[in-house]
Amino acid sequence: MSVVLITIVSLAGLGAIAAMILFAASKKFQVFEDPRIDEVEEVLPATNCGGCGLPGCRAFAEALVKADDISSMNCPVGGADTMNAVASILGKEAGTAIPMVAVVRCNGSCEHAPKTTNYQGAQTCAVVSALYGGETGCAFGCDGLGDCVASCKFDAMYMDDETGLPVIIEENCVACGACIDACPKNIIELRKKGPKSRRIFVSCVNKDKGAPAKKACAVACIGCSKCFKICPHDAIEMKDNHAYIDYEKCKLCRKCVPECPTKAIHEINFPPPKPKVKKEEPETTPAD
Amino acid sequence: MKRLIVSPSPHVHSGDSVKKNMYGVVIAMIPALAASVWFFGIGALVVTLTSVLACVLFEHLIQRFILKKPTTITDGSAIVTGILLAFNLPTNIPLALIIIGAAVAIGMGKMSFGGLGQNPFNPALVGRVFLLISYPVQMTSWPKPIDSRFSYLDAETGATPLSIMKEGLITGKPFSEVLAEVPSYLELFLGVMGGSAGEIAGVALMIGLIYMLVKKIITWHIPVAVIGSVLVFTGVLHLVDSNAYASPLFHLLTGGLLLGAIFMATDYSSSPMATSGMILYGVGIGVITVLIRVWGAYPEGISFAILIMNAFVPLIDKYMKPKHFGEKVAAKKA
Amino acid sequence: MLKTFSLGGVHPAENKLSAAKATEILPVPAEVVIPICQHIGAPGTPVVKKGDEVKVGQVIAQSSGFVSANIHSPVSGKVFKIDDILDASGYKRQAIIIKTEGDEWMADIDRSDSIRKGITLSSEEIIKRVGEAGIVGSGGATFPAHVKLSPPPGKTCEVLILNGVECEPYLTSDHRLMLEKGEEMLVGVSLLMKALFVDRAIIGIENNKQDAIEHIRKLVASYNGITVQPLKVQYPQGGEKQLIDACIGRQVPSGKLPIEVGAVVFNVGTAYAVYEAVQKNKPKIDRIVTVTGLSVKNPGNFLVRIGTPISALIEAVGGLPEDTGKVIAGGPMMGKALASLDAPVTKGTSGVLIVPEKIASRGKTEYCIRCSKCVSACPMGLSPYLLMTLAEKEIHDRAEEEKIMDCMECGSCSFTCPSNRPLLDYIRLGKGKVGQIMRSRIK
Repeated sequence: MSVVLITIVSLAGLGAIAAMILFAASKKFQVFEDPRIDEVEEVLPATNCGGCGLPGCRAFAEALVKADDISSMNCPVGGADTMNAVASILGKEAGTAIPMVAVVRCNGSCEHAPKTTNYQGAQTCAVVSALYGGETGCAFGCDGLGDCVASCKFDAMYMDDETGLPVIIEENCVACGACIDACPKNIIELRKKGPKSRRIFVSCVNKDKGAPAKKACAVACIGCSKCFKICPHDAIEMKDNHAYIDYEKCKLCRKCVPECPTKAIHEINFPPPKPKVKKEEPETTPAD
Repeated sequence: MKRLIVSPSPHVHSGDSVKKNMYGVVIAMIPALAASVWFFGIGALVVTLTSVLACVLFEHLIQRFILKKPTTITDGSAIVTGILLAFNLPTNIPLALIIIGAAVAIGMGKMSFGGLGQNPFNPALVGRVFLLISYPVQMTSWPKPIDSRFSYLDAETGATPLSIMKEGLITGKPFSEVLAEVPSYLELFLGVMGGSAGEIAGVALMIGLIYMLVKKIITWHIPVAVIGSVLVFTGVLHLVDSNAYASPLFHLLTGGLLLGAIFMATDYSSSPMATSGMILYGVGIGVITVLIRVWGAYPEGISFAILIMNAFVPLIDKYMKPKHFGEKVAAKKA
Repeated sequence: MLKTFSLGGVHPAENKLSAAKATEILPVPAEVVIPICQHIGAPGTPVVKKGDEVKVGQVIAQSSGFVSANIHSPVSGKVFKIDDILDASGYKRQAIIIKTEGDEWMADIDRSDSIRKGITLSSEEIIKRVGEAGIVGSGGATFPAHVKLSPPPGKTCEVLILNGVECEPYLTSDHRLMLEKGEEMLVGVSLLMKALFVDRAIIGIENNKQDAIEHIRKLVASYNGITVQPLKVQYPQGGEKQLIDACIGRQVPSGKLPIEVGAVVFNVGTAYAVYEAVQKNKPKIDRIVTVTGLSVKNPGNFLVRIGTPISALIEAVGGLPEDTGKVIAGGPMMGKALASLDAPVTKGTSGVLIVPEKIASRGKTEYCIRCSKCVSACPMGLSPYLLMTLAEKEIHDRAEEEKIMDCMECGSCSFTCPSNRPLLDYIRLGKGKVGQIMRSRIK
């Protein structure tokens, strides 16, 4: 009987001492953390994609709580809904971030940009671009080994087997920017998603002069400035033998599209052109 | 013009390949296999063939239907595992057990970790130890050499020198009497003793070792470290009391020490990468083997020793790095 | 036992096909393309403009910093244009293109064949001449020579080591130079010794060049302090740190320069260029190039002007063979595969190697079987298998701890890997990233 008693007493004593130590330690070493951080983290998408510019959702939540003004901060995955939820928790004003989407600015498929060499080595764009200009004559174009696809955490990209170019699945793209960092050639760009997802962009980043650019790739931007001249909104910038459409200024009038001699300017999600009403359209579309 | 190949340097290759290494090991095992057939006859043939076929088949099936990847049986690694597993089995073991052993070796020991190069333990030993623990009776009845050449399951059995030794020491027989029961050193060297299919013929295993060293399939570090540490450890014990502990030469030539040191411990994926690590790993195997042989319950301990040290390989790899160039001078100045 | 370096190393098939071929002089090409950056460091600044008349040996691009080098016109004629050209790697680089007219040399260049042995200049004057002549390491690393001749304050050089190893398979340009211009090369060595204030020089030559060892041994008898050190054939013995280890048994610590152990290393070709610059007043305008390959009709060694298109060199050996897969500027272990044959010969081009398709194609990459052959092959004592994984997974801090920056890109790991893994490809990538991180930390 006494054995049982001793056991009970000694174990209870041990437990009590341990409890006291734990209590003291938890008091002494307690770190105060704003409970709102947890609340904010709760509404964030928990993808830890880094699209906000911070390493992971927790870090973003901390930054949001800490910041006085969160209007310039945005979670590209959650979008406006998430940011409004965050704003209501924190009692701050959410910014109005424009929805963005990643755009591949190269159309140098096997057909357009014939291969001039045969690359054999580690199958990643990072190694190829460090080694040389790439398999085609264009040193600016896509290497086609899919570093961007490997970096995408949202299943928003795949490599098109036929063209050898990456394709972005618009519905899945959250504009986190991972593919932009992964591309050693800076081909992918985040652009405004646009009304009804309509966008116009120059699908080429070649900075060569016209002749060599055209020789390397049939659909290269040859820097002829035709689009620049026709643009009524001053949205096109000519630099380094290359046209760039500023999506902030572009009113999607599409005047530049037929102007391009190499068809390097792409329009996406527009209704198929109707030749007859083509002249009127520019006036009607930029209404939004 | 034709498209030129462009790649980062180097632009030439040694011509070495996984296949060359694996089939090289197979060739190195042929002398031991021949010795095995010479001493154990059809039993050795049946066991080896079954084991190889089963291993290759399991690898193919797992790769094709579970992992859904192209089959890897042509790289030869399954053949190596198959032969090694057979070498670790008595030649009168029933076919069903061989197939179970092969399934465990390939399935559990190798493919569950992702296949060649990923397995932390030597697959053949995983299969062997599984059988040893699950079927201790069948796994420790050893056919007598030469006498039972033409019989398989019904072969006449006897004890291995190591079990004679262990038995004798447990029953308290005088050491000289025990020694009289075991074969002579020459017989041990040639392989005239009971034991697993591939472990008996020391001379044949040595030929295999020399072949692999010449072909640069393995380096000397692991075999020498294992054998050396066993010799030193048992040598010290023998010097302390030569009436209680057998001589180092006896320990060297009996049991699976040579087979283990030459073919099992040197398995690429379950051994360390740096030479310093290889030596530590080899010494660890040698010491644990002697500990089990002399003081453990089993007469032989090399299989366990290798598996135990396999578990330490990631740790060894982390802390035992190759000596960096430039450390020599830095040390001199310090 | 012959001396060699202490860690790792491999032995690729030597294939020195052109070792017995005397150097031929290649005719001056009709047009030369001179990249303004042919060395490690800052690119030169062009000092000529379109339409300018230039003579052989005239400065056309000025050194633009301490680690930089002058560039001289290798031909006489008119500057056609200064423009971006596609270099060997298919990227744009600025270059000066000159159309050749005649062959008129600068008046102060001594073009005679006579050997001038007497050394009259002081150490500073020698270094100044070397700098003016635009001499860079001719082994392939193209480090400006005058920088190496000026050790950092507080460090003194005890021994000069000459690299006559030529450990790259196929290449024979240094071998031929030692045989044909041995005497001049030794005068160059004496000049370098004077510039560095050392009284001891060792010429390391691999044992597969017996004739060169004997020839130089005979010649050094009349020079004080110069010895020949035969070395066991082992790649990468021509690596600076490996050569010092092999010759004097000292290891340069990680991240340090050879001067740390009191050694300075020059290529034998550089020593010859120094002779020409100081004694003959001739800047770096030509070099010996080995043009070779297993299926090349007539492999040989050629004295060519800088800027000559590589296609002209290939014509000289009988054209591109049918089975060509790859053309390499340099040797097979560290050379650069060319994307275009229009690329010019530069100061660092030691050879042009034409590899048949069968050998050039890389094998299928398989899983790492942990055979540890890369670890035992690495001459720097690194763990290539680990570095590759760290680089692939972008774990740059661990890669730095594992001394990824010590890698000299010799390629022994990829050469030896039975699974054909692109070890060096990824390690090089990781080195670039880790280097960036380290530089940003300094700033």
